[in-house]
Amino acid sequence: MINLKIDNIDVSVESGTTILNAAKKLNIKIPTLCYHPDLRIAGNCRICVVEQKGARTLTVSCATPVAEGMTIHTNTLKVRTARKHIIELLLSEHNSECTKCYKNGNCELQTIAAEYKITNENFIDLVPLHNYTIEHYSPSIIKDDSKCIRCQRCVRTCEELQSVSALCVAYKGDHMKISTFLEKSMLDVVCTNCGQCVNRCPVGALVEKNHIEEVWNAIYDPEKHVVVQTAPAVRVALGEDLDMEPGTIVTGKMISALKKLGIDSVLDTDFSADLTIMEEGTELLTRLKKALVDKDNTVALPMMTSCSPGWIKFIEHQFPELLPNLSTCKSPQQMFGALAKTYYAKKRNINPAKVVSISIMPCTAKKFEADRPEMRSSGYKDVDYVLTTRELAIMIKQAGIDFKTLSEEKFDSIMGTSTGAAVIFGASGGVMEAALRTVYELITGIEIPFENLNITPVRGMDGVKEASLKIEGTLPEWNFLEGVTVNTAIAHGLVNAKKVMKNVASGKANYHFIEIMACPGGCLGGGGQPIPTDSDIRMKRNRAIYQEDTGMKLRKSHENPEVIQIYNEFLEKPLSHKSHELLHTTYISRKN
Amino acid sequence: MESNNLKKTDIIFGLCNCTSNKKYPVLAEVIQKTPNDIITEIIDSGLKGRGGAGFPTGLKWKFAAAGNNPEKYVICNADEGEPGTFKDREILLKVAGKVFAGMAICGYCINASKGYIYLRGEYKFMLPGLNKALLEFHEIIKELGYNFTIKILLGSGAYICGEETSLMESMEGKRGEPRNKPPFPVAEGFNNLPTVINNVETFVNVTMIQKYGVEEFKKLGTQDSRGSKVFSISGDTPNSGVYELELGMKLSDFVEEYGDGDTKAVQVGGASGFCVPRKKFDETIIGFEGVPTGGSMMLFNSSRSMYNVLSNYLDFFAEESCGQCTPCRVGCQQLVQGIKAVKKGVKDEEYLDTLLKLSESIKITAKCGLGQSVANSFFSIVTNFKEEMIY
Repeated sequence: MINLKIDNIDVSVESGTTILNAAKKLNIKIPTLCYHPDLRIAGNCRICVVEQKGARTLTVSCATPVAEGMTIHTNTLKVRTARKHIIELLLSEHNSECTKCYKNGNCELQTIAAEYKITNENFIDLVPLHNYTIEHYSPSIIKDDSKCIRCQRCVRTCEELQSVSALCVAYKGDHMKISTFLEKSMLDVVCTNCGQCVNRCPVGALVEKNHIEEVWNAIYDPEKHVVVQTAPAVRVALGEDLDMEPGTIVTGKMISALKKLGIDSVLDTDFSADLTIMEEGTELLTRLKKALVDKDNTVALPMMTSCSPGWIKFIEHQFPELLPNLSTCKSPQQMFGALAKTYYAKKRNINPAKVVSISIMPCTAKKFEADRPEMRSSGYKDVDYVLTTRELAIMIKQAGIDFKTLSEEKFDSIMGTSTGAAVIFGASGGVMEAALRTVYELITGIEIPFENLNITPVRGMDGVKEASLKIEGTLPEWNFLEGVTVNTAIAHGLVNAKKVMKNVASGKANYHFIEIMACPGGCLGGGGQPIPTDSDIRMKRNRAIYQEDTGMKLRKSHENPEVIQIYNEFLEKPLSHKSHELLHTTYISRKN
Repeated sequence: MESNNLKKTDIIFGLCNCTSNKKYPVLAEVIQKTPNDIITEIIDSGLKGRGGAGFPTGLKWKFAAAGNNPEKYVICNADEGEPGTFKDREILLKVAGKVFAGMAICGYCINASKGYIYLRGEYKFMLPGLNKALLEFHEIIKELGYNFTIKILLGSGAYICGEETSLMESMEGKRGEPRNKPPFPVAEGFNNLPTVINNVETFVNVTMIQKYGVEEFKKLGTQDSRGSKVFSISGDTPNSGVYELELGMKLSDFVEEYGDGDTKAVQVGGASGFCVPRKKFDETIIGFEGVPTGGSMMLFNSSRSMYNVLSNYLDFFAEESCGQCTPCRVGCQQLVQGIKAVKKGVKDEEYLDTLLKLSESIKITAKCGLGQSVANSFFSIVTNFKEEMIY
């Protein structure tokens, strides 16, 4: 343990602790901007400087480890003057038209400026001297350089968490900026649209491309029938943007709120998540049969999940040779969209041209996915608008709804019924667990032998998880799987996905089935989720998801009555001709 | 008209047989001693880094020697980018062997087998000559039965890469940006392994200390500034060029020797150094106890506008800041625009006080030496030539 004194209080912390975290222990708040608990320390904004006895300069508290006998003061004249200068400098370089900013009210620079009561213009406004650009070509992300404070959280996120490095630092000095390879448009670079940068941007320099007005217009249009689907991870995070604690389950209130907004039919992506399990599980068994029985060595194994559109774009850019390994299943969002304007419209006797299909997603990449040319199998754009969790919260506030006091309502039907296997799609390992619950039972006739169906080895926050399951007691039809040990891997965060893919590409791995989610923690840590997100908040959302699963009556996708019904009435069986037409897709190599 | 008080020396460039005649006799002698003995000698000599910051060389080596990491590095910082500094170019052109020898001695002391010279991109023309000299050096070192190789890497023109941690980032193929310290390079340097990085001239001094002994070295200079120093003299002087002088001289003696009789100010230490006005020449000592320099001495006579001088430096800093930390990136721009606004009368003269306070904040909050030293020239020029800033 290291002993030091902060603001005249003795404190003892573990070696390696930073001054910032030691101060936190004493409930002394030091302002930060470039610091983010998910990322490597940068120490470049300098707002967190403190005075260290005996030091020639101020000490940057986020980057400096404690030392024995250190004496630190966090609120001296020198410190205050320096911090104020730094805020003023940042503001002089920053487009400070706060009232016209999308992040107004949710901006870390604004908060710090308010705390320090920066009211006068001490320095010269540098904004007119810079040739700032606003880049809005990406379907998911708007990048406004005039708001950027160069903290490089986005650059670190893109590199460290996602191993994408679409964003980078370009130029130096007064021309230094956050840019892309050769300053190309965000649309033309390796960006996966995951939005993790958006989630970590402290200001309004990186925001989602919002579709709030378009959705309001659809709601107000009496000609339109507005259908909403809500993704599993939204219900455990939406409350955070509406003054509730992280990890609060708000499914019922969310449905209430959507109905109050004027949505005609509030349905559930969880329904199509269950459907995904039927299609994807069958696809996996088909591939295994081809490999094991037909000895077809052209069949692509391991099979990989395809729910996460950020992951899809990532593999299309970085490992196109592995595209055959991707499940051909569309994501639950796009399965839902294709069915909304076919099956649903037919059942409800509505002209599909009048259906506006909206999804609420924890994700910015879903906006890109909905725009993909492949996603028009209903004859229309299958999903018209994608709103992030944050955008829905904005709409609820705009409508003057007191979210906390709302009553709890249930999803409409059809396509509103789901099982616990679907809600866990929102957590890393969830798709794997849901698939295993169904596939195991399908081939053995008995439930998977885990207590309460909780397949704990695939859960949790480890970047790469591996689990193996020996199959015994198969039904006659599946006896080719008798005694086979199925090897699985689960990765979340693209930096972890890359590790697994390298092993697969080099032939080192012997997996059968791999689940990949682009974002840390899975969809619950998605780029469209409430800000801030950190490991503690992700853990709380994670617990809420599994709590939601445990509370469901049905917990296996194949038991979903609406899934059974749609196969009987419309799709016939998994991987049927109709299924292929509506629920499956193709991918393209983006490597040039 | 040589001043009696100014002592010209000829140690750095002076001929000695220590590295010539296809032999490096100094190395043969050195490997008879223990690394610890040599480090103690360097510490005793009082040698301080010649790049400008003046960190005690022996101490740096001692820190790097302490860890028992199997891989360590010796880096020679030849990214001579400080405006007005051109002495390392001269040293590498004339006595590169002494630099190689100094690096090898360092490698021997800290147990490193790999040395790198990070050569300023603009000095690419030296590469054929240096590589040829290295071939010879590597042969000799092999004959001595000692394992040490030197490789030359070229910079690409960024001023910031002369800052030691940016230089290492650059060597690793990354964007040249300063790192947070601690950890210091002696603990985690190039490739995150213990590294000694010294200026070109520092390595030559090491070689000469080993050749002539600590006592000879200590005969020159003062208590705080031992030895001699190579200066690059430019500006309003009839004698611009590279000169080796004893440390601890009075600036007035220097001006008497190198000025044109009308010297109004001397910028000591380049754009990141201090501007000394005529009235302070007599009280200013050139050395670590007074105004230190990496070698640059720029003389200005009364025909020069100190506003233009400062404006020029600030433009340079605003462009050459790496841009990562707020005080340096934005602060430099504010200083540039600020003095312009005062000169034009857009801001009143009190705004200079606002800027002086800002420069003080930049000095104590910037991430690296570059940002921290912007205030040096700003403060010294603005306070000494205030009228020139306003009128």
